Amino acid sequence: MSSIICKDLCKTFQQGEEIITGLNQVSISIEKGDFVCLSGPSGSGKTTLLNAIGGLDKPDSGEIIIGGIRIDNLGKGALADMRLHNIGFVFQAYNLIPVLTARENVEFVMQVSGMPTSERAEKSMKILKEVGLEGMEERRPAQLSGGQQQRVAVARAIVSQPTLILADEPTANLDSVTASQLMGLFVELNQHHNVTFVISTHDVRVMKYAKRLIRMEDGKIIADESQ
Amino acid sequence: MSQHTKALLPSMVIFTLAWRNLWRNHRRTLIMLSAITVGVWAMIFMTSLLRGMVDDMLYNGIRHLPGEVQIHQHNYRDDPSINNSMSPPEAKLLTALNMPIVKAWTSRIKVPAVIASERDSRGVILLGVDPQSEVKLGFDLDSISSGRFLQGVNDNGIVIGAKLAERLETRLGKRVVIMSQDPDNNIADRGFRVVGIYRGKLASQEEMNVYAGLQTLQKMLKLGNQISEIAITAEDYRNTHQWFSTIENATEAPQQAMPWYEADSYLSTMMVTMDGFVLVWIVVVFMTLSFGLVNTLIMAVFERTREIGLMQSLGMRPALILYQILIESFLLLLIGLVAGNLMALLTIIPLKDGIDISEVAQGMEMMGNSSVLYPALKMKDMLMANAIVIVLGLLTSLLPAWHASRLNPVEALSRN
Amino acid sequence: MNITLRMAWRNLWRHKRRTWLTVGAMIFSNLLLVFMISLQFGSYRMMIDNTLKTYTGHLQVQQKKYNDDQKMRNSFDNIIALTKKLRTQLNSNKIAARGIAFAMTSSATRSYGLQLIGVEPEFEPNISNLPGLVRQGHYFSANDAQEIIIGRVLARNLDVTIGDELTLLGSGLDGSFSAGVVKVAGIFETGNNDIDRSMAQLPLGYFQSLFSMHKQGHNIAIVADSLAQVNTLQNTVSDLIADRKELVVLDWNKLQPGLKQAIQADIASAWFMYAVLIVLVAFSVLNTQLMSVLERTREFGTMMALGVKPLRLGSLIISEAFIMSSLGLLIGVALGTATAYYMSIEGFAYPGLEEMAVKFNMSDRIYPEVSLLSIFIGPGIVFLSSLLASVYPAVRLFFLHPVSAMRAV
Repeated sequence: MSSIICKDLCKTFQQGEEIITGLNQVSISIEKGDFVCLSGPSGSGKTTLLNAIGGLDKPDSGEIIIGGIRIDNLGKGALADMRLHNIGFVFQAYNLIPVLTARENVEFVMQVSGMPTSERAEKSMKILKEVGLEGMEERRPAQLSGGQQQRVAVARAIVSQPTLILADEPTANLDSVTASQLMGLFVELNQHHNVTFVISTHDVRVMKYAKRLIRMEDGKIIADESQ
Repeated sequence: MSQHTKALLPSMVIFTLAWRNLWRNHRRTLIMLSAITVGVWAMIFMTSLLRGMVDDMLYNGIRHLPGEVQIHQHNYRDDPSINNSMSPPEAKLLTALNMPIVKAWTSRIKVPAVIASERDSRGVILLGVDPQSEVKLGFDLDSISSGRFLQGVNDNGIVIGAKLAERLETRLGKRVVIMSQDPDNNIADRGFRVVGIYRGKLASQEEMNVYAGLQTLQKMLKLGNQISEIAITAEDYRNTHQWFSTIENATEAPQQAMPWYEADSYLSTMMVTMDGFVLVWIVVVFMTLSFGLVNTLIMAVFERTREIGLMQSLGMRPALILYQILIESFLLLLIGLVAGNLMALLTIIPLKDGIDISEVAQGMEMMGNSSVLYPALKMKDMLMANAIVIVLGLLTSLLPAWHASRLNPVEALSRN
Repeated sequence: MNITLRMAWRNLWRHKRRTWLTVGAMIFSNLLLVFMISLQFGSYRMMIDNTLKTYTGHLQVQQKKYNDDQKMRNSFDNIIALTKKLRTQLNSNKIAARGIAFAMTSSATRSYGLQLIGVEPEFEPNISNLPGLVRQGHYFSANDAQEIIIGRVLARNLDVTIGDELTLLGSGLDGSFSAGVVKVAGIFETGNNDIDRSMAQLPLGYFQSLFSMHKQGHNIAIVADSLAQVNTLQNTVSDLIADRKELVVLDWNKLQPGLKQAIQADIASAWFMYAVLIVLVAFSVLNTQLMSVLERTREFGTMMALGVKPLRLGSLIISEAFIMSSLGLLIGVALGTATAYYMSIEGFAYPGLEEMAVKFNMSDRIYPEVSLLSIFIGPGIVFLSSLLASVYPAVRLFFLHPVSAMRAV
C-alpha cells in the first residue's frame, strides 16, 4: 500500500523577485518497507519532494502515485484524508499543537478520524510509554524538552499505524544521544512493522541508518545508493 | 458511516482547541470581550430606555383619549361640541361592550366650556363621567391631592386640576361657575363646589380637564340621556385589532368607532418608528464592534499559521479548520453576550422605579412624556440584540475563518 | 521626530489589513457622527424656528409678572409708544405689540371660549408666519377694523366663512363687561390642527377699545436676525427698557421652556449613544496597538540594546496611533461631510417623520446643518480617545527588559 512512484516532478517557487527551482524533472521509485534518506544542501529540493509525496504541495507537472493511486490530481479534502489515515509527518520543530497536552496531541489524529474515546486513551497511553514518556502525558509542549517533544511527535505519527512516515530533518534540534534514540525508534518501526520511511536530512548520523541514500542538488537527484 | 461524516464528527477536540486558543492571548481576548460586553450592554440598555419613553408616550396618549377604542357621533371628532352628541349604547352594542376581552368601558360627556371663579375665567374641557368606570379607564385616584373624586353620576361637585385651581385662584370648597352651550345654542350655566383637586401627569391636561357627574351635566346641558363618547379599554394596546372589529360591527351610523392607532396616528407611528430605530441602533453598535472582531480573529489566525499548517499536514480537512476558527469566534461572542446581558439586567433592574427627569419635564411634556422615565426591558428586544450579534458575528468571522482554511500548508509550515 | 513618523508609517503598512481594519472602525464611526450631529443640529434649528415663528418670536417684553401668571391685569402701559421707540432704536421692523384676552366667541350656531390676540397688522407679519398662511380672504385691513382672523378648523366648527359675523363676549381690563361684533376677514391654515382650531386674532387698535385697555398691552415680540444674535439683542433691549422697572425682556428659552428642554433631553440621549461608539472604537485601537507592541517585543528589545531610549519607542507607538487616527479623521470627516452636505440640499426623511411633522409643525424633511462644529466635534473626540487608548501600550515599553525581550518568541 505504500510503494511510491514519482515521474518527472517539476516545481518552481517565487521568492520576492526571483524564481527558484524546487524540483527539476525528479523521478523516483520507493518500495514498501524502504528506509530512504534524502540528503543534500539547503535548497536542494529535499523538503519540496517530501511535501509533494505527502500531498502538501502540488507539483507544477509530473505524476505521483502512492499505493497505485495517483495523488497529484486529488482535491484538498481527499489529500487530507490520505494524510489522516495513511501518512505520518515528523518535522524538525513545531510538531505539536501548543494548547494540547502530550496525550491530547497524540490522540488528535485519532479524534479527527472518529475513534471512540476509550480506544483512543488506551492507545495513546501505550504509545507514549513505548517512546519513553510515561508520566509526562499531561504536560504541554512548553513543559517538555526538545527531545521529548520530538518523541511525542513520533508517537503521534505512529499511533494511527500509518504505512508511510515522512520526516523533515527530525534530528536537527536534538543532541546526539536523543538523536540516536529517535533513529532507533524509526528503525524498529521500519523493521518490525514494515513502515516505509522517507527522511530528509543533512545530519550525517542519520544517514548512517539509511538503507538507501538519495542525494539531491538544485532540484535534481544526483545519486541514489543502496547501502 | 462515511469517511466524510467521520471527519466532521469530532467536535470535542475542535471545541477544546477553540476554547484553549481563545485564552492563549488573554489580554487580547479580554479586551475584545470587554468591547463586546459594553456593546451588548449599550444595545439593551439604550433600547430599554427608548422603549420606556415610547411606552410612556403611548400610555399617556391612550389614557388621554381615553381607552384604546372610542365611539363618537361621526362629526364629533372634527367638531367636539354638544351638537354632536349621541344616544347611549343599545342592546347590540352593549353585548359587544361586555365581551370578556374588554376590561372596562364608560360613557362620557366631553364638551368645551368656560369655568369662572371670582377672580378669573378660563376655557376648559368639561367632562361628565361615571366615576366608577372612569377610574377603570385610567383616572388615577392617587392623583387626587386634596378632597375627593366624584362619588357618582349625580355628584354635585366638580373636580379640577391643581394648576387650574392656581390660575383661577380658587381652592377646595369654593364655588365656581361653569358656562357651556346646550343643543339649542343657549348658554347653560351652573354653579359647582370644588370637591376635589388632582395633579395630572401632564400639566396641559391638568389645566384643561374638569370632571363632573355624568347625569348632573346631562341635566345642566339639557341632554336627556345623550352622551359625547364611549371609551373602551382592554388594558393592552397591542391587542386592539383583535377586538376592534367586533365593536365596529356593533356600531351603527351615525355613530362611529375608532381605534387608538387611527385616532392618534402619531402614536402608532411612534411605535413602528421605534422598532426601526432599535434595529438600526443594534446594527450600528455591532458594526463598530465588527471591525475589532475581525481584527482579533485575523491576528489569532496569523499567529497560528504554522500550527494550521501542522494540522493540515496531520490530515485535518479545510472544513474542520474553518469550524475551529468559527467556534472560537462563537465562544468569544457567547461570553460577551452573557456578560453584556447580565450587565444590562444589573443596570436596568435597579432603575425600575424610574429615572427622575423633571429637569426637562416641560420638554418631555411637549412630546407627551411624563417627567419620570421607566426603562422597559422587552424580551423581543433582548432576543433581537442577541440574535443579531451571534448571526452577524459569525458571518463576519467567516472571512478570516475561510481564509485560514484555505492556507497553503507548505507556506504555512515555513512561516515562523 | 521626522524619522519616528516615517518609521511609524512603515510599521503600519507592515500589517495592511490590521491597520485598515482599525482605521476602518474610525472611518465608520466618524462618518456616522458627522452625519448624525449635523442632522441633529439641523433638526433643532428647525424645531426652534418652527415653534417660534408662528407666534412667540425670539424675545418678548412683558410685565414682569406676566410669564408666570398670564392674567389680563398683568398688562403694561403705553405699549404702542414703546414698540415704536424700540423699532427706531434697534432699527428693525421685526418688532410688534400684542394684547391677549379671553372671550366667548359665538357664531349663529356655535360658541367657543377662545384666547384672542390683538396684533399690529402692519408689523405682525414680520414676527409671525401666520398672516402669510391666510388662505381665504385677507389679513386685517386696518388697525381699528372690526375684523377677526381665525383658523380653518375653527371656521368649520363655528360654521362660518369670510364675511360672516362673530359675537365676542368677555371682560375688559377694568373688569367691565366687553362685547363686540366682528366680521371674519381671513381664514388661515397652518397644517397644525391645534393652532387651526384655537387661535384667533384681532387688530390691536380694535382689541384695545373692545377690552377697555386704553394704551395697555401684554407683550412686545421681537425677532432677531439669527439665533446666535439673540443674547446680545436681549441685553440691548434690556438697557432700552431699563427706565421702566415693571418690565422685563425674556428670551425664547423662558417663553417656551419645553422647547429647550426637549432639545436638551435629545442631546443627552444622543450623546450617550455617541459615547458608546467612541468607547468601542477606543477599545479597537487599544487592542491593535497592544498586540502590535507585544509582537514586536524582540524587535524592541534589540533596539533598546542598541541604545534607543524607551521614550523614543513610546513616541513611536503614539505616532502610529496618531497616523491611524488622522487617517480615520480625514477620511471619515470627508465622507461624512459629503453625505451631510448632500442631505442638507436634498433633505433627509425617514418613516414616521411625516406624522411627526404634522404634529410638531415641522417640514417633513430634515436638513442637516453643516458647520465646523458639527463636522469636527464627533471625530475630534474619537481622535483624542484613540490617542489616549494608545498610551497604555506605549507605557508598557518602559517596563521592557532588553535581554529578556530579545529572547522572547
